[in-house]
This record gives sequence, structure tokens and C-alpha cells, in this order.
Amino acid sequence: MKAIEDNNGQEQSGWALADRQRWMGILARAACRDLEAFLDQLPDSGGYDFLRLPEIGLSMVRGRAGGTGDPFNLGEMTVTRCSLRLADGTVGHGYIKGRDKRHCELAALFDALLQRDEYRQDLFARLIDPLEKKWLEKRHERSRKAAATKVEFYTMVRGED
Amino acid sequence: MYVAVKGGERAIENAHKFLAEERRGDKDVPELSLDQIREQLSLSISRVMAEGSLYDPDLAALAVKQARGDLIEAIFLLRAYRTTLPRFGFTTAIETSDMSLDRRISATFKDLPGGQVLGPTYDYTHRLLDFALAAEGEEPLQAETADKAVEPETPRVLELLNHEGLIEQAAAGNDQDCEVGDLTREPLDFPAGRDIRLQNLARGDEGFILALGYSTQRGYARNHAFVGEIRVGEVAVEMVPEELGFAIEIGDITITECETVNQFKGSKKVPPQFTRGYGLTLGHNERKTIAMALVDRALRAKELGEEVEAAAQDEEFVLSHSDNIQATGFVEHIKLPHYVDFQSELELVRRLRAEMVVEQKQAAE
Repeated sequence: MKAIEDNNGQEQSGWALADRQRWMGILARAACRDLEAFLDQLPDSGGYDFLRLPEIGLSMVRGRAGGTGDPFNLGEMTVTRCSLRLADGTVGHGYIKGRDKRHCELAALFDALLQRDEYRQDLFARLIDPLEKKWLEKRHERSRKAAATKVEFYTMVRGED
Repeated sequence: MYVAVKGGERAIENAHKFLAEERRGDKDVPELSLDQIREQLSLSISRVMAEGSLYDPDLAALAVKQARGDLIEAIFLLRAYRTTLPRFGFTTAIETSDMSLDRRISATFKDLPGGQVLGPTYDYTHRLLDFALAAEGEEPLQAETADKAVEPETPRVLELLNHEGLIEQAAAGNDQDCEVGDLTREPLDFPAGRDIRLQNLARGDEGFILALGYSTQRGYARNHAFVGEIRVGEVAVEMVPEELGFAIEIGDITITECETVNQFKGSKKVPPQFTRGYGLTLGHNERKTIAMALVDRALRAKELGEEVEAAAQDEEFVLSHSDNIQATGFVEHIKLPHYVDFQSELELVRRLRAEMVVEQKQAAE
């Protein structure tokens, strides 16, 4: 497992960087109401303070010439970010597409909780894994609709042999 | 020259009230919700996001509603809104090869790995008005679902040509220390790099880009294009926030991509190979994206040693006139009061006419 130096200088461990990237990506894609619903089931986590209040801004989306060549600026998208600190000092960050401040706050809160050993396993099992499954199923379902529009070419036999 | 014109306050205020009432239309007809606009006018949303150069379907829906469906007005609203927001940074370049595909077609190869996936397209419809839609409460047709999803690894069509060396290679794609031009930060300057050209075209007016693309097909800047590939779908957007120092995905966006295969070129040293044009837009904008690829290819004239003789090849002409917000600002501003300018012109014409009369009199005497 890889330890990461957080901004507050605290050594974090017990989870791999790839794990955190995964859960942050899943939290960003989750529906806010799903995170909210899960929060109600969670035992009191001791509250948190904002290091950065949820803030709406922009990120410039880059593409590549020819799809694989040099980068260029395609256009911007709205992004919301926030940072908070749990009572024990764990810092969580939220970065999400769009302008839903509450969603961003909850993403940061769960990012912090997921870094804590006493929460992680339970959160993976009851929150992150099901959210990922939901997201992938939705994507898979759409892809199956696209696949149904795939052209099946067949060759006509002309004339007689 | 402009002068302060006073006395219009009440007229303006009342005009705005009249506008608000007109925007709402007949109150016996239910009001449109933003959700309805976003879900049912999704191609308007796509155009507003692409040319507003801001991906946010909810804001685009609000803009379309506020603008009474005038998409250029809506684009203007989106452009104005973005100036109120701070920029958090830029994303890692999106990997269009990893797109979750709704649609993927090629006009150059029939049988290709991954196949021809038509997706939700108007192509092959008969363009007959569907009066079933006029009757409200009509249940839409349900999409069919295949047993299997589209192959996750669908190779880029032009890469197939690449293996044989039949097409020019895309530039290396080196991001390290690569300065990427940004029209939202620096004014347009010439000659413009391809990064600036692509950004300009991606946010440029669909009608203008379409007409220019069409002109290349009709023989101005002829470079004989085939659509190598069109892709529509979702890609993950990744950022590296400073406070984290590592990449995270913040969500997915819908994009449209088009690669064209164009007239080949070669020299004594390089055997003939196809050239390419590229189009990429935020949202689902197929017509615009194909036209963009045509114009991108035409604008590469100098780089490819072609003579610049048509409008679509002239980067100063194309890039300076593609932005519909700049264009509408300048074209429409002439309807605003120019009373003093016009007074001075009036006086000039009167004086010239008077002088002419005097001269004619003198000549006659």
C-alpha cells in the first residue's frame, strides 16, 4: 500500500492511492440523493469543519488534435469543489462535475471517512461498491441499446452459378 | 461615436416587462420546466453548450428558456455567466479512444472492428412530420437492447490506416511543458497554432462552420474528404487538483468527434499518404463536428504546402468571423442609437450638395 502525504502533512495509510482515486470518481458520479440517504444510516461521525466551503468554478476541458495528438482547449465545464476536516483531523476533498454544492460536500465527507480505517470496510461494502455497480449497470444498459443499432451486413447472392 | 441618450428608462423597463410576458406566452399553456428543456430539446442544449463553450446542461436549459429558444441569445447568456466564475484549472486531455459509445460509424470502411453502431440518429428517417407527436401523451417507442454491450475497446478507424503508413501520423501528443493556447485568456493572434484554431472552431457558429465546410466540398479549397469516423458518447473527465497532486475523475461528459480522411499528398521523399482533419465538440453536435473537421483540414493548407486561395483556408478570415457572439455584437449594435454619427453624416451630405449647387451656378454664369 502506498502512503500519501496529505496537505496537512499527516501521513495517511491503510489505503492505496488507486483506491482513493476509485472512490472519489464514484462519489463524483453518484446521485446526491443516494449519498444523502446513506448519510442517514451512518453512525455519528463527530461532525466536520469546512476548510473550503463548497465553491462553483470552471475547469477547461482539453482534447487532442486528431484524438491522440497535441492538446487543445475544447471548452469549459462547471465544477464544484470543497474541503473539510473531521474532528480527528482527517481531511476530505470533493471535486464534482456541475454545481450541486450539497453533493460536493457529501463527496468530501465520504472521502474523509473512507480514509479512516474504522469506516472504510463498511463504506466500501455498503456505499462505494453498490454505487459503482449502479453506475456501471446504467452505462452497460445504454451500451446495449447502442449495440442493438449495430449494422449486420450480409451479402446478397446475385445471379446463379 | 456614442452619446448619452436620456429619457428611455421607462420605455426600457416596460419593454422588459412586455418581453417577460411574451417569453411566457399564453398562460393557459403550461410553463416549460428546465428539466423538460434539458431532456426533450437535448440537441439545442448541445449546441448552446458547444458554442457557449461551457458544459452544463442545466444552465444551457435555463439559457434556452430565458432566450425564448433563440440559441445565439442563449449562447450569449452562457458566455456571460462563465465570466463570473473562477477557473479551478484544466482537465487532463480527454481520452476519446475510451469513449462509452452511443454511436460510431465510418464511411470509409464497412467491416471494421467494433462495427457500425448507428445510435440515436436522424439518418435514414424519412423527414416526414410525425403527427403522432402532435398528440400529447403518446408513448415513445422503446429502444431495443442487445444481449451484449458495444465492445469497450473499439479501435480508432484512422489507426487502422496508420498501421500501413497510409495516413499521416497525428502529432506526438506531448503534454509536458506544452503551452496550450487559450482564447479565453489571450486575444486571437496570427498566425494561429492548430490548438487555437481547434478551440476557435469548437466554439464557432455552427452555421458559419457548416457553410465553410460546404464550400470546401464545392471546390473552394478542395481536399476531397471522407468521414473516417464519427463517435458520439461519454468520456470521463479527469483533473489533478493542486491540493491532491494526483488525478481524479470528476464525472462524464458527452462529446462528438469526427475524423476525416482527405486527399493524399506526397513528395519525392515521402510516398503518397492521406491527410486528416479533426472535429470535436461538447455535447452531441454531429453536423457541426463534421464541418469542423473539413474546415480544420482546409486551415492546414500552409502546413501541407497547399496554395491558400479560398475563404476556408484563410485562417484570419475564418477565425475572425466564426464567433457568433462577437459577430452578433457588432452586427446588432448598429441598431442602437447612432443619432450624432448620423447627424454629422447628414450635415456632410447637405454641405456637399450645397457646394455642388454653387459650383453648377458658377459654371453656368
